[in-house]
Amino acid sequence: MIEITDLFKSFGSLQVLRGVNLAVSKGESVTVIGGSGSGKSVLIKHIIGLLFPDRGQVKVAGQVLNNLDAQQLNEVRKKFGMLFQMAALFDSLPVWENVGFGLKQHTKLSDREIRKIATEKLALVGLKNVEDKMPVDLSGGMRKRVGLARAIAMDAEIILYDEPTTGLDPITADAINDLIVDLRKKLGVTSVAITHDMHSAYKISDRIAMLYKGEILETGTPDDIKNTTNPIVKQFITGSAVGPITAE
Amino acid sequence: MTTWLELIGRKAGNFIREMGAVLLFFGQTLRWTVSSPFYLKNLLKQMEQIGVNSVPVVLTTAISTGMVLALQSYTGFKRFGAQSLIGAVVSLSMTRELGPVLTGLMVAGRAGAAMAAELGTMRVTEQIDALYTLATNPMKYLVVPRFLASTIMMFFLSATGMFVGIAGGYFVGVKVLGTNPVTYMNQSINNTEVQDIWYGLIKSLVFGAVVGLIGCYKGFNTEGGAEGVGKATTGAVVVSCMLILILDYFLSALLW
Repeated sequence: MIEITDLFKSFGSLQVLRGVNLAVSKGESVTVIGGSGSGKSVLIKHIIGLLFPDRGQVKVAGQVLNNLDAQQLNEVRKKFGMLFQMAALFDSLPVWENVGFGLKQHTKLSDREIRKIATEKLALVGLKNVEDKMPVDLSGGMRKRVGLARAIAMDAEIILYDEPTTGLDPITADAINDLIVDLRKKLGVTSVAITHDMHSAYKISDRIAMLYKGEILETGTPDDIKNTTNPIVKQFITGSAVGPITAE
Repeated sequence: MTTWLELIGRKAGNFIREMGAVLLFFGQTLRWTVSSPFYLKNLLKQMEQIGVNSVPVVLTTAISTGMVLALQSYTGFKRFGAQSLIGAVVSLSMTRELGPVLTGLMVAGRAGAAMAAELGTMRVTEQIDALYTLATNPMKYLVVPRFLASTIMMFFLSATGMFVGIAGGYFVGVKVLGTNPVTYMNQSINNTEVQDIWYGLIKSLVFGAVVGLIGCYKGFNTEGGAEGVGKATTGAVVVSCMLILILDYFLSALLW
């Protein structure tokens, strides 16, 4: 479903990605872990065509994103839903219009029909009676849920999660993890998440890939990663300050 | 010596780069202005925010300028017995110059800053990225309605400003300073041609485009969180006001 081949990306003199290779099969859930500044966000932005590589390519459903024009890229983007780190809800729109934004732009459905679908998607993420609230009136956890409802509103085939549990208390974070697992079961979507929350990574992933200094250092199932012998991966997953990775 | 030259060179390079980026942004805005889909609802909302909501500040500025202009002209002209020319001075100044320029500066300070702050906040909170991921072009959805609304509404605001400024001048000239109303009106009408009004309105269209373009450009390219939003907002107001004043000279020379 997603093939990332030999991906290089720099910003000025700062080389962020140095030859990333990663493949995600249809229906699979892959989580990319790595420290702050390791290039996780840059990687996920390449997958949905928010950034383009200096070298290498990203292929989604057989189409190389770098070769597409704006219209074709938009068609590919319709396959995606994305949950942003801080949810990125549109401040000026009420919850139901946030959730139904894609439907409003790309279908001929009436506002009443869009609102009905938005209510259904909100129920799927465990929210009721919030349709008319403004994003500013929601808690962090509720905002994430609304963001998730927006991500699945267009029946996306692939969902990208950018730090899905960052900024949430442990209980809300675990509820979001459960929701991600539950949605995957119900909808059968392909998932790519980036996080440095290992509890979340173990819970939501079929496979975990560790990104370190712009390269994929190790890939494996959650059990493989837990039992790794690589000292860098081991230090990261145990959250130790002592080891080959030094704090910035 | 080398350090100073380096500094000047770097500043000049940055300025040229920035101007190039603004021109590219302008080109993209024009390109997306003429292609579908058209977000009419967004355009109307922006016309209200930029235009209708700016009416009080534009009216206050215009009326006080017209009144002060009449008062100051009277004081000066009285010295050589030319008080009857106040009407002509006020109406010519308001139509050709002060109406469009002051309206431009006021709208830049109010709506240009708001545009930069709103788009800047959307940029740093990833709302603009979210639009891309929802297969929606932010240039079309956010920038084009603001650019068009600013251009269109500046025209009407300037026209209103001109009228109100002239009315303010009339009030002071006739009711306060006791100038003959018929003489005042005759001087105003005989010395102001339709062409003068059009020159002012053409200027206002250019100033409206500048405010919309710079406000959106600064907001759209915001970097660095809350501090970045602050810088974008300040930058939008400063650059818009400077461009309005600079372009005013060239437009005045062109539309002589």
